[in-house]
Amino acid sequence: MSILLDRDSKVIVQGITGKMARFHTKDMLDYGTNVVGGVVPGKGGETVEGVPVFNTVKEAVEATGANASLVFVPPPFAADSIMEAADAGIKYCVCITDGIPAQDMIRVKRYMYRYPREKRMVLTGPNCAGTISPGKALLGIMPGHIYLQGNVGIIGRSGTLGYEAAAQLKELGLGVSTSVGIGGDPINGSSFKDILKWFENDPETEVIAMIGEIGGPQEAEAADYIKNHVTKPVVAYVAGLTAPKGRTMGHAGAIISAFGESASEKVEILSAAGVTVAENPAVIGETIAGVIKAKAA
Amino acid sequence: MDIHEYQAKEILNGFGVEVPPGALAYSPEQAAYRARELGGEKWIVKAQVHASGHGKAGGVKLCSSENEIHEAADSMFGRKLVTHQTGPEGKGIYRVYVEGAVPIDREIYLGFVLDRSSQRVMIVASSEGGMEIEEISAERPESIVRAIVEPAVGLQDFQAREIAFKLGIEAAMVQQMVRTLKGCYRAFTELDATMVEINPLVVTGDNRIVALDAKMTFDDNAMFRHPQISELRDKSQEDPRESRAADRGLSYVGLDGNIGCIVNGAGLAMATMDTIKLAGGEPANFLDIGGGATPERVAKAFNLVTSDQNVQAILVNIFAGINRCDWVAEGVVQALRANPVDVPVVVRLSGTNVEEGQKIIAQSGLPLIRATTLMEAAERAVGAWKNDLSQNTRVRAVQ
Repeated sequence: MSILLDRDSKVIVQGITGKMARFHTKDMLDYGTNVVGGVVPGKGGETVEGVPVFNTVKEAVEATGANASLVFVPPPFAADSIMEAADAGIKYCVCITDGIPAQDMIRVKRYMYRYPREKRMVLTGPNCAGTISPGKALLGIMPGHIYLQGNVGIIGRSGTLGYEAAAQLKELGLGVSTSVGIGGDPINGSSFKDILKWFENDPETEVIAMIGEIGGPQEAEAADYIKNHVTKPVVAYVAGLTAPKGRTMGHAGAIISAFGESASEKVEILSAAGVTVAENPAVIGETIAGVIKAKAA
Repeated sequence: MDIHEYQAKEILNGFGVEVPPGALAYSPEQAAYRARELGGEKWIVKAQVHASGHGKAGGVKLCSSENEIHEAADSMFGRKLVTHQTGPEGKGIYRVYVEGAVPIDREIYLGFVLDRSSQRVMIVASSEGGMEIEEISAERPESIVRAIVEPAVGLQDFQAREIAFKLGIEAAMVQQMVRTLKGCYRAFTELDATMVEINPLVVTGDNRIVALDAKMTFDDNAMFRHPQISELRDKSQEDPRESRAADRGLSYVGLDGNIGCIVNGAGLAMATMDTIKLAGGEPANFLDIGGGATPERVAKAFNLVTSDQNVQAILVNIFAGINRCDWVAEGVVQALRANPVDVPVVVRLSGTNVEEGQKIIAQSGLPLIRATTLMEAAERAVGAWKNDLSQNTRVRAVQ
């Protein structure tokens, strides 16, 4: 049983009638994901790629027993959709949408605290590529074929850089237990630390790889957590050594605005916590392979 | 998105924050005239640029006659103001703000930011106003007061009072301080700001609390619901390359190096820049053309990158996931046939159908330099740039 997502996860797609959502719904079905429905207000009764569309998440959950959701809703309405999923009893939600206002995400996070911890939905993203447990299920937009099934757990803020890492691992014959995109926004559903907890307790994960970047405190918070609570080896890469201070580098959250938020500072903090840092993006795969070898020896 | 000081003051004033009487001017004559309209005996003339620290850079002048105002404004217009926030090229002064001088008793720092640890709005205040917050945290960290606002109920009076008392505000003026803090918080949340900074907020000789300077930054992602804020965008304060990119839906940041980068995805774009540096070069830009990398976007990206005169080589690094490499390769070839560029171009494709993509690049007849790994791509781009320099002529890379 992989973390967050498995073969048996029953998935709905919120915003399923959009062009991109249709495309990726088909892709997820082809990968073997158990997509059981979609939700678009006012389009209940239609079908997309053979799965039924419902007006509300509650109706979808009642009719299909869905426990996971992929949010593909445009930015102005995405926060509302995430809260709807949380309220309908969805256990795991991935939000792909890029461009959600930060105030909306503050509201979403506050809203989710109404639920006791054991009933609280896990949210990853927004502005992420999704989560994949290779060979089992895909909840997102990543190309499934670049991931081999294996024992490396990946957590990353960036989509394509995560693909780069997965492709490097595949080249070396190494596979992935689960890859979780936590997204490039300043206010996100889950942090590195949140996902590290899952991987630490996951019997299928032997090594954890963190792919971070400039901006925000979450890499440093993860370092602190690793030092005290993580027994598995952790490898990290931090993008943005050449990024100037005070400028937003594509991702809304990729901006150096305080001490500890630059790539070199993050590398230092992670190294001090015992994390093996890949010095450049071309050697992420090699570095992970080295750590696996050292562990076996 | 940033706005000017006078615009931030107007907005905050609408939320109950007291500001000095002031007026905007587009010429020295207008500045003098508006001072007369305002009345009083002393005025401050302030250059309006999107950067703080303009007091030190000569962008703020105290005047006591219309002649002095004319002179002060005249020395500002058309000049570039260089502060620690503008970069070496500075920002042009096209507007000045004339303000009635206020008798200052003490100066306070007040800032509202998105705190990414608590994922809430944080108030940062200090009794040491007038200095930049970085200086305050270095020199007088014990003077800083912080408070996190619970988003469900917003800023409460008791929290605002706590801040006021910690700052040493006199009891008789605490209510004014509460009104100021709550006004800023409402402006922050209702208008989707990401930063509100009043530095200094002053206590005047006649017991008022007045915002002497004001800065607001807004969440670009929320501008769809604030058309009145979007209208305040001032392109004269932006890097022209960056505004052009933004208009085309590309995410671009201009840098000082010579190797132009075209990459899909923000993280991969930063990683590509880092690899160029590692290979001995300097990136000319950050450019994320989006996960999809459609041919139209590739073409726009080439236009944008080559419009930078410093670019002497280009590195294209695309990870094609859902979109196949052959399709991306077609896009690159089409873009370069339609708009030839006269610098060497290194293309690295990875992901789905990479062999077909490489074949299209190889058979295009264009002198494109191919690379397989990220390191190889960076090394070849740096090599091509150095080679280009050593020959001291620009090799025509594309016919």
